[in-house]
Amino acid sequence: MAQPSPQQVFAPWEDPSETPLIEFRGVTKRFGDFTAIDDISLSIFRREFFALLGPSGCGKTTLMRMLAGFETPSEGDILLDRQDIAPVPPNKRAVNMMFQSYALFPHLSVWENIAFGLKRDRLPKDEIAARVTEMLRLTRLEKFARRKPHQISGGQRQRVALARSLAKAPKLLLLDEPLGALDKKLRQDTQFELMDIQEKTGTTFVIVTHDQEEAMTVASRVAVMDEGRLVQVATPDVIYETPASVYVADFIGDVNLLEGRATPVPEAGEGRVDLAWAEGQPPIRATTDRAFDKGQQAWFAIRPEKVTITPGRPDEAANAVKGRILDIAYLGNISTYHVELPTGHVVKAQTANTRRIARRAFTWEDEVWLSWTATAGVLLEG
Amino acid sequence: MLRRAALIAVPYAWLLALFLIPFLIVLKIALSDYALSIPPYAPTLDLSEGWEGLRTFFAGLDFETFRFLTTDDLYWKAYLSSVWIAAVSTALALAVGYPIAYGMARAAPEWRPTLLMLVILPFWTSFLIRVYAWIGILSSEGYLNQILIGLGLIDAPLAILNTNVAVHIGIVYTYLPFMILPIYATLEKMDESLLEAAEDLGCSRVSAFWRVTVPLSKSGIIAGCFLVFIPAIGEFVIPSLLGGSETLMIGKVLWEEFFNNRDWPVASAVATVLLLILVIPIVLFQRNEQKQREAEG
Repeated sequence: MAQPSPQQVFAPWEDPSETPLIEFRGVTKRFGDFTAIDDISLSIFRREFFALLGPSGCGKTTLMRMLAGFETPSEGDILLDRQDIAPVPPNKRAVNMMFQSYALFPHLSVWENIAFGLKRDRLPKDEIAARVTEMLRLTRLEKFARRKPHQISGGQRQRVALARSLAKAPKLLLLDEPLGALDKKLRQDTQFELMDIQEKTGTTFVIVTHDQEEAMTVASRVAVMDEGRLVQVATPDVIYETPASVYVADFIGDVNLLEGRATPVPEAGEGRVDLAWAEGQPPIRATTDRAFDKGQQAWFAIRPEKVTITPGRPDEAANAVKGRILDIAYLGNISTYHVELPTGHVVKAQTANTRRIARRAFTWEDEVWLSWTATAGVLLEG
Repeated sequence: MLRRAALIAVPYAWLLALFLIPFLIVLKIALSDYALSIPPYAPTLDLSEGWEGLRTFFAGLDFETFRFLTTDDLYWKAYLSSVWIAAVSTALALAVGYPIAYGMARAAPEWRPTLLMLVILPFWTSFLIRVYAWIGILSSEGYLNQILIGLGLIDAPLAILNTNVAVHIGIVYTYLPFMILPIYATLEKMDESLLEAAEDLGCSRVSAFWRVTVPLSKSGIIAGCFLVFIPAIGEFVIPSLLGGSETLMIGKVLWEEFFNNRDWPVASAVATVLLLILVIPIVLFQRNEQKQREAEG
């Protein structure tokens, strides 16, 4: 996350006096009968690293291409620095884009690729050379300046594409699945490199990705999209801990979802709601800041790592259920236990493997207890 | 090892039988002298006389005909004029062919096979018939003049047939597919996001075309130009059917030497020099192809 110091948290979206760099106002985009973007309003602020996250076909790329100028909204306005950018063609916008395929010019060297945009601005030669050298240093490509794109590796090509799009010092940099073509290890390293470069240059980044882990790692805020709509716009921790809907909870990370009927119990504490979720089982005690009516349908969402697994019934637990271990997924650092409850529900519980696997307390078919606190999960309307 | 040698031997044997041996025969005739006999040149190789016959045969060969080519300015003028006509026609074919190839490459994918077939379609009709058809179009009573007079654009028919203009039209028409196809091949595989990237970096549509599309289709342009230029230099049918008395092309001279003058040695010498002239662009063409293969790595 792009926060300069722990004392002063970077959160311009909470400051009403801050003017956004980009503002979508009721933007809709239709392709024929198909609505790609459905009435989106969104503000993105200076120096933000903003992620558009969603499955393929959710409209995130269309939203980005409208910022770049390759698509125009069917309805609504897009403001950049309070200026409507609809009539500005892509080559006149202070916005640059890093393409998913990188779109490096194969007939030009790395140096010429980076200089391409600067030359179009007719800058003096020495200024171009200085700027290209700076970009090469920033992306650690000095050694490859004379090479052609087909003579360097995928990771290096990715850095050339980044250097080229940053060279003109745009107000806004758009990154379309920038790490999609890299293997996992390189992708993780590059994520931190991207954050580092974003911080150094102070440029506002908007990244499009379908990889939730990537969005969580790099972004200051994440917008989760589904079928052309924004489902939730919030910081990664808010999205993860308090998802706004079952869709978000399910899309981001791993989650257990239990359906039931809500009963508010204000006498037990503020925001306390019980969820009757199965015959013969005690209700789930949860805390929520949403208002639920008695008997309203609701989903209880809880992350596997917030479910504790123990051999006996824990003494002090707001919620505890008995079950039988169905499956164990051993991932090295953590293990995920699939526990079948008498009701037939399968709940996932995750624990860190602090001990060697030979000394593991549980194995298949073991009777175990699952427990969690009243605030560990969230209650969702659907 | 042996298998590889055998594999390579097949194309080389092919080249030897169909290219090198015929060329040596032509060269041999070119080094001979004109004679009133059948065949119309001397000396002829008589193997029955053994070594002695071989020696008298080689003693009879000389470069007399090649020297003759330099004495008459007809020949070098014909060579020069052929290169000029071929070069102008190539430039015209490029000017016509590039937009067609570009349009094809930008057409919807489901239309491309149809468009490709339309480009190749003329090959299904005899080349000779298609050239004759142009006589019907270009002659003073032809369709073109009738249409132009009918539209009131001209009063008297234009004399196009039997001029160099008609030859250019004929060459461009005939060889256009050879220009379109290699350019189409390079444009078709071009990634369209490159143009978006160029625009994103500050290019207008027009400058993106000149700075990205044209350089990336360079190998196709070069290939297309050679594929038109090389056969156009030696073209005989088009200048003799569509060209006039002032059209001077080496293919026509060659024909006249062979069939009108029956001077096989001079005709062979003309053909040999033509081949040497063509070797230069062919070598350049090969080098372009190789460079492209290397670039694609």
